[in-house]
Amino acid sequence: MTTELLIWLIPLPPLLAFFLIVLFTNKSKALSHSIAVGAAFLSWLGAMIVFARALGVEHLGEHPFESAVNWLPTGETWLKIGVLIDPLSAAVLFFVAWTVLMIFIYSVGYHNYGQPEGDHDHAGLPPHGATVHGHTVPSIEPMYSRFFAFIGLFAFGMYTLVVSDNLLTLFVGWEIMGLCSYLLIGFWYAKPSARNAAVKAFMTTRIGDVFMLLGIAFLYSVTGTLSYREIFTEEILHTLAIVPTGVFGLSAAGLIALLLFIGTVGKSAQFPLHVWLPDAMEGPTPVSAMIHAATMVSAGVYAVIRMFPLLSLDPKTMTIVAFIGAFTAIFAATIAVAQNDIKRVLAYSTISQLGFMIAALGIGAYVAAVFHLITHAFFKALLFLGSGSVIHGMEHGVLHTGDHKVDPQDMFNMGGLRKKMPITFWTFLIGGFALSGFPLITAGFWSKDEILADAFGHGHMAVFITLAIAAFMTAFYTMRQITLTFLGEPRTKEAEHAQENKWTMTAPLVVLSFFAITYGWVGIPEHFPVLGGLVPNWFHEFVGGTLAEHPEAVEFNIVPLATSLFVALGGLFFGWLAYRNVQSPAEDKLQIGVLKNKWYFDEIYGFLFIKPAIWFSEVFVSKWMDKGFIDGILHLVGPATGGVGSAIRNYFDLPVINQFFGDGSADATWWVGKNLRPIQTGRIQQYLILSLVVLFVVGGLLYFFLLARSA
Amino acid sequence: MDFLNTHLLSLILFLPTIAALIMLFLPGAETKLLRWYALGASLIPFVLTLVLWNNFDPNTTGFQFQETYPWYEALNSSLHLGVDGISITMVLLTTLLTPLAILASFSVTDRVKPYMMLFLFLETGMLGVFMSLDLLIFFVFWEIGLVPMYFLINQWGSANKDYASLKFMIYTMGGSLGLLLAVQMLGVLFGTYDLVALYERWNSLDAGSVLLGMPVHTIKTIAFWAFTIAFAVKVPLWPFHTWLPDAHTEAPTAGSMILAGVLLKLGAYGFIRLVLPLYPLEAKIFAGALAVLAVGAIVFGAFGSFGQTDFKRLVAYSSVNHMGFVVLGIAAAGLAAGTPDAHIAMNGAVLQMFNHGLSAAGMFFLVGVIYERTHTRNLEEFGGLFPLVPIYGGILIFMSMASLGLPGLNGFVSEFMVVRGAYPVLTIYTAISMLGLLFTGAYILKGIMKVLHGPMNEHWAHGVHKLTEINTREIFVVVPLMILILVIGIYPAWILEVINKAVVALF
Repeated sequence: MTTELLIWLIPLPPLLAFFLIVLFTNKSKALSHSIAVGAAFLSWLGAMIVFARALGVEHLGEHPFESAVNWLPTGETWLKIGVLIDPLSAAVLFFVAWTVLMIFIYSVGYHNYGQPEGDHDHAGLPPHGATVHGHTVPSIEPMYSRFFAFIGLFAFGMYTLVVSDNLLTLFVGWEIMGLCSYLLIGFWYAKPSARNAAVKAFMTTRIGDVFMLLGIAFLYSVTGTLSYREIFTEEILHTLAIVPTGVFGLSAAGLIALLLFIGTVGKSAQFPLHVWLPDAMEGPTPVSAMIHAATMVSAGVYAVIRMFPLLSLDPKTMTIVAFIGAFTAIFAATIAVAQNDIKRVLAYSTISQLGFMIAALGIGAYVAAVFHLITHAFFKALLFLGSGSVIHGMEHGVLHTGDHKVDPQDMFNMGGLRKKMPITFWTFLIGGFALSGFPLITAGFWSKDEILADAFGHGHMAVFITLAIAAFMTAFYTMRQITLTFLGEPRTKEAEHAQENKWTMTAPLVVLSFFAITYGWVGIPEHFPVLGGLVPNWFHEFVGGTLAEHPEAVEFNIVPLATSLFVALGGLFFGWLAYRNVQSPAEDKLQIGVLKNKWYFDEIYGFLFIKPAIWFSEVFVSKWMDKGFIDGILHLVGPATGGVGSAIRNYFDLPVINQFFGDGSADATWWVGKNLRPIQTGRIQQYLILSLVVLFVVGGLLYFFLLARSA
Repeated sequence: MDFLNTHLLSLILFLPTIAALIMLFLPGAETKLLRWYALGASLIPFVLTLVLWNNFDPNTTGFQFQETYPWYEALNSSLHLGVDGISITMVLLTTLLTPLAILASFSVTDRVKPYMMLFLFLETGMLGVFMSLDLLIFFVFWEIGLVPMYFLINQWGSANKDYASLKFMIYTMGGSLGLLLAVQMLGVLFGTYDLVALYERWNSLDAGSVLLGMPVHTIKTIAFWAFTIAFAVKVPLWPFHTWLPDAHTEAPTAGSMILAGVLLKLGAYGFIRLVLPLYPLEAKIFAGALAVLAVGAIVFGAFGSFGQTDFKRLVAYSSVNHMGFVVLGIAAAGLAAGTPDAHIAMNGAVLQMFNHGLSAAGMFFLVGVIYERTHTRNLEEFGGLFPLVPIYGGILIFMSMASLGLPGLNGFVSEFMVVRGAYPVLTIYTAISMLGLLFTGAYILKGIMKVLHGPMNEHWAHGVHKLTEINTREIFVVVPLMILILVIGIYPAWILEVINKAVVALF
């Protein structure tokens, strides 16, 4: 099979799985998950083959695998769509394939496959457990098949986005993922919180999407194409860079990049559109791993990375991007510090880490951004799945004690889980250390260090300092999380009875932790002390080749290295120090209202946007404008026409036609008749006299007119 | 076969009426027979349309399958029929939706015979508009279509039907008064109503010359607005839209399907067939004004929809929102005539007409399915229905997403093309219309949330109120729509190529 054909086929198995499950196999749970996991495996296999073949091509950046077909007739020409595997998409395809497959397998265990059906479970709510021989055991998810259908469609969206050679199909995959994230966040739709979170996620990202659509339309109008390789030619880029738009003094390139970037702000939950992601934790945990770590939020960053040649043309846009990224990185970190829900900490951490990548792009650190995107996808998927494993273990405890008031996601209810759930503990530790940037071993260290080195090396000191502080906080809250969850002694009965999970859940953790460590080693800078040069900096060479001009690796400097060592180790140490003896939220000094309440953004947006929008729709448009004003005019016209009608009747028809002409002529006739009545006496003599008179008169007249005058 | 080929259009056009007349002689009590007869009768034009589509050559410019019969010779008006790539898609839409609407009406038990006859008459009326190449005939069919719809709403509608049917009838007729005058003026000036002849002669008029004592430009401006207002009411554009929520809401389910699916398209078709070709200069001058009305429809339609508590009104307002994009595309095409932008915008507009026909008919049908079972449309009384009717829920989400313009489904393709075509020439308007697109999401999600999501609805779960799942007949109504929605979303070229060729030739 040619590589191009194979690339076309990669996204299809999960889509097929979606249709098969929805239409045919949804009654059979075993069949449904087999189809879904099988499909994910086929896509994984295809992706691996393509990746291997891509590695074998020299100068893949200049000679990528590509193929396109006519799709949309537009006047005299066609809009083409197609697939493209260049170094960037090959690297992204690699991590997407792995994380997606792992998440699919994990979902089988997470949704309690093999367990009995629940006693009182019904569709739309998480399973509540079943009674077997007097014990309460976990029960299988009632909408088990539906879950696999949805994540299948989701995987299709992500693969489509990655293999696209143009912005249009990228947008298609982007939006399909948006739909799936809506469906999956609201998977337990009977919970009002999940239902609201789903709508919030969809609407917030849609704000970004409509801007992105404008950007795509703009780009298409100016260049006549949406294919990356046709846009990123010197000629077109040059035109875009010099055409002014009159908006904030931006060039066409700058404005287009900015519009597209707003799409990313929504999708990758950057400030100020970050509010949806923490609420999205309402979805089942595999969903969080999939949407909020490995794929969908990464897609946002991927889109900006894709558009980097365009983005880098306008320094103004670059500054905006760098600012948003750096601000988001530190802003989200401050909130993460004060969260007690194990998944919410990770949610804010994700926002923060995505901020790192965006900031890296804003300062031109292209390769570093891609590197962090990939390492983050591995370790954050690992952390989410790990947290799901913890929650699942805690739910065992909750079912055991029967006290459903205990929140299995609150870290203050945990403690000491390292003994109960060893695999989960060790893998979570690896993930957490990678997130913190634990030196040398973990992948997170290498990628984060590269961002810091780039910021420092190119003199972006504000970004450098902000990110360094954010990195310190990252290590701090990660250690807080690990300490509260796994270290010390169990703080509740539920935590005492927590259990390690089945292999379907732990095996993916192990696989992902492998990458959370080793993936860093493919990108060790050449001039790094001791280690540098032992293995070639393959990542930089490979991914850097995507750009027309191969970016230069930043020179080694001891300052950023020392900084990154200090923030990682210092953060971890202080996190442990501060939380090793904390037993309850009351003892936690960082439970500050403004942080706990996420800087009150939900409330502010509610007041500024949501309430006015509802008022505008329900009161202004529906009541005042349509019913009041427009219909009011129509209702005036109706009676007014009626008024004219009755005026005509009352002042013309009745008096003039009816009374004057109608009644008048009748009256006149009657009057004439009445006055003629006296001559109708019935006496023959009178009639004869009358006829005699008439005879004489007529005869006289005839004589006068006919004979006398003619004579 | 030869007869079939030469009389294809008139067969498609008049078979429904003949079938309706034959129906007069069928026994009125045999409801089953009447239903199946009506369905069968409406399927024949559909099959013939498929033949038409198959024999249609998109590469030939101009009108095909033309037929001319003398009609009103004293006025030089003849029954001149013909289709091009734009009208053939509308014919397809009409002949497709009519059988589906009739199948959807199988649950109607009240006076089945006149009900079905009205639908068949309605089909002839609508098809006539799309096929006419004679202004007077166009106007005749334009008005004929109103009558069956008036009676359908007035006789088979729900509580507020008198008000709604009257508003619908009076408003549309009132809007058409100017159209009638302008049509007559054209007839008087040129001694013919034939569109093909008028295109040429009307546009070759010297702009400086004087007609009826006025400069040509003034006359054309007046006539342009007379046409525009008639079509704007029908589309409907903001602020002429308030008849629509009332009419849609009160009409029987199948009536709403046809009303939203086809009748609204008559207005947009009028713009494309008559306004732009007859008044290219005025269309360019007044493109901004038209775009304001279109953007008003897009934005206020979306907000209006979001503000509703009645499920059917919510869907009705969504039509205002979606049809706004059609007219935005038309305005852009008028402004940029002759450029690739115009072609893309017009392609988008025509495809959006077809797409909206599918998704709006589907949405109204799904509202009808739930209304028939619960006898309420109040969103506050729903919620938590998903566990009770999972198949219905899935279909509703699918249809809602089509309406929302989700990429991969049909609405996205056409909206994208309209936005792309309008952006370079009507930049600010397009940017503002994005606000409407954003709130399209809001009202669609509101609908899904208020109907399906939430804790399981105990009221509709048990006993006499127990909600039953969508049945086989209803699935047969909705599945053809879903398939087409998906097919156009994935591979739009099969229909766009037909549209595109005509658009390039015309604009």
